[in-house]
Amino acid sequence: MNSILEIENLEKNYYTKQGEIKAIDNISLKIKEGEIITIVGTSGCGKSSLLGILANIEDKTNGKIKYQKDKPTIGYMLQNDALFPWLTIFDNAILGLKIAKKDTSENKEYVKKLLKTYNLEEFINKYPNELSGGMRQRVALIRTLALKPDILLLDEPFSALDYQSRLAVSADVFKIIKRENITTILVSHDVGEAVSLSNKVVVLSKRPCKIKKIYDIDLPYDNPIDNRNTKEFNELYNKIWKDLDVYVN
Amino acid sequence: MSMSTNQKKFLQKERRNKIFVILMQILIVVIFLISWEVLANKKILNPFIFSSPSRIILTIKNLFLEGSLITHILTTLYEIVLAFFIGIASGFLIAILLYEVKTLAKILDPFLTMLNSLPKVALGPIIIIWAGANTKAIIVMALLINLIVSIVNIYNGFLGTDEIKIKLLQSFGATKGQILRYLVIPGSKRTIISSLKLNISMTLIGVIMGEFLVSKKGIGYLIIYGTQVFNLNVVMAGIVILIILSFIIYEGVSLLEKRLLQEKN
Ligand SMILES: Nc1ncnc2c1ncn2[C@@H]1O[C@H](COP(=O)(O)OP(=O)(O)OP(=O)(O)O)[C@@H](O)[C@H]1O
Ligand SMILES: [Mg+2]
Repeated sequence: MNSILEIENLEKNYYTKQGEIKAIDNISLKIKEGEIITIVGTSGCGKSSLLGILANIEDKTNGKIKYQKDKPTIGYMLQNDALFPWLTIFDNAILGLKIAKKDTSENKEYVKKLLKTYNLEEFINKYPNELSGGMRQRVALIRTLALKPDILLLDEPFSALDYQSRLAVSADVFKIIKRENITTILVSHDVGEAVSLSNKVVVLSKRPCKIKKIYDIDLPYDNPIDNRNTKEFNELYNKIWKDLDVYVN
Repeated sequence: MSMSTNQKKFLQKERRNKIFVILMQILIVVIFLISWEVLANKKILNPFIFSSPSRIILTIKNLFLEGSLITHILTTLYEIVLAFFIGIASGFLIAILLYEVKTLAKILDPFLTMLNSLPKVALGPIIIIWAGANTKAIIVMALLINLIVSIVNIYNGFLGTDEIKIKLLQSFGATKGQILRYLVIPGSKRTIISSLKLNISMTLIGVIMGEFLVSKKGIGYLIIYGTQVFNLNVVMAGIVILIILSFIIYEGVSLLEKRLLQEKN
């Protein structure tokens, strides 16, 4: 398999009035096509910074980011669904296409098809506040998928949801991701989410973050909720939890 | 849907309470007007200084028949509408400029604060010298008062834009203009609309103040003129008309606000 993205010796510093903050310290990582990777790390260790750099909306201080493609299309989703309340579901879903000036009728049809496939057809002309949290998250994903991204970057996309919905919605979203076969990097501080959803878990150290360990995950079931009940899940969960080295003073 | 007796009782009580409030409001006005009239007629209040409701009505009627009343009202209205729209439009544009050029906002910050805290009447005489004793001076006066409020309000609305949504648009490769058009401006619709009410109050103050200073036409002029010739009936007539006019305009803007906010999201 080819690497779709190679990160080499990446460093990120923030310069503020209070002083220099080193957020990322020399990270190197190869991401293969079709892989689903979860990056876990303690709060404030530099996960969002990493994703922001990969998404091209933040500058790096040092190192190289090499995408296989010259101009890769990057799908980026953040802490909440970020749907625009004044736009209909359809207009929300084609927002990325509009911004990128790719809102051709063909692409719009593709969005309609996605909305239909993922059971949102009857909500096309409704507004976000008329949808459940899970449906909104699906719309947000479709808005990203509309651009046919080469890679998907998810920065704790479920953190605004309560625990119950979180399990259901994340399972739902990853079913779509697997079905559309998109290379994905998920950032999470939830170890259970990491282990149950991905093929690979990258554990980061505390700030400034370095790669501490990488685990390959191979769980028996397709459904992440089922996987949570397996022995393998529990073993990995405990190992990674220890790696994170979280303690309470 | 059927209603429980308790719910019915509750609604009845609410309705009765509302009617009571309205009745009391009417009563206050009626008692106030009657006592004023009676006290003035019995010369307990000097009608020459305090006028009286019947004299005010008579004065308004005479002004109307004379034909000057309509001119005054229309003049004031025209100035209000003009200052209001110029204030909103330029407030909006300046707010966009400040939002886009953050350094400019920083540079201008102390000056805006200074201008905001300055009692703008103080500038009145200068404005008249610079702009001339005409409508232009009145509009400038009103803008001086309403513009700062509009700018600050709309600008703060812009600043409240959700960072996550900005990042999202950036990840789509949005330009600054696109971020404004698709997110910042539509997202601030509420703030912009609610600044209309504040703006109209400020405009009213500015226009009347301007008319006091320029003294040619308009309701503000009517009030000043009445004072100068010591005809308190005219002064009071002017104030009454102004009260009614402001009330109508303010309610109109409130209604507009409600309508705009009710629109689908
Ligand atoms: N724009 C910025 N300016 C200065 N410091 C920043 C900036 N953004 C992030 N930081 C700092 O860099 C460090 C890493 O932040 P980052 O948001 O990447 O962490 P994170 O792992 O995503 O945290 P969380 O789990 O809380 O989301 C933090 O200490 C943070 O305070
Ligand atoms: Mg983060």
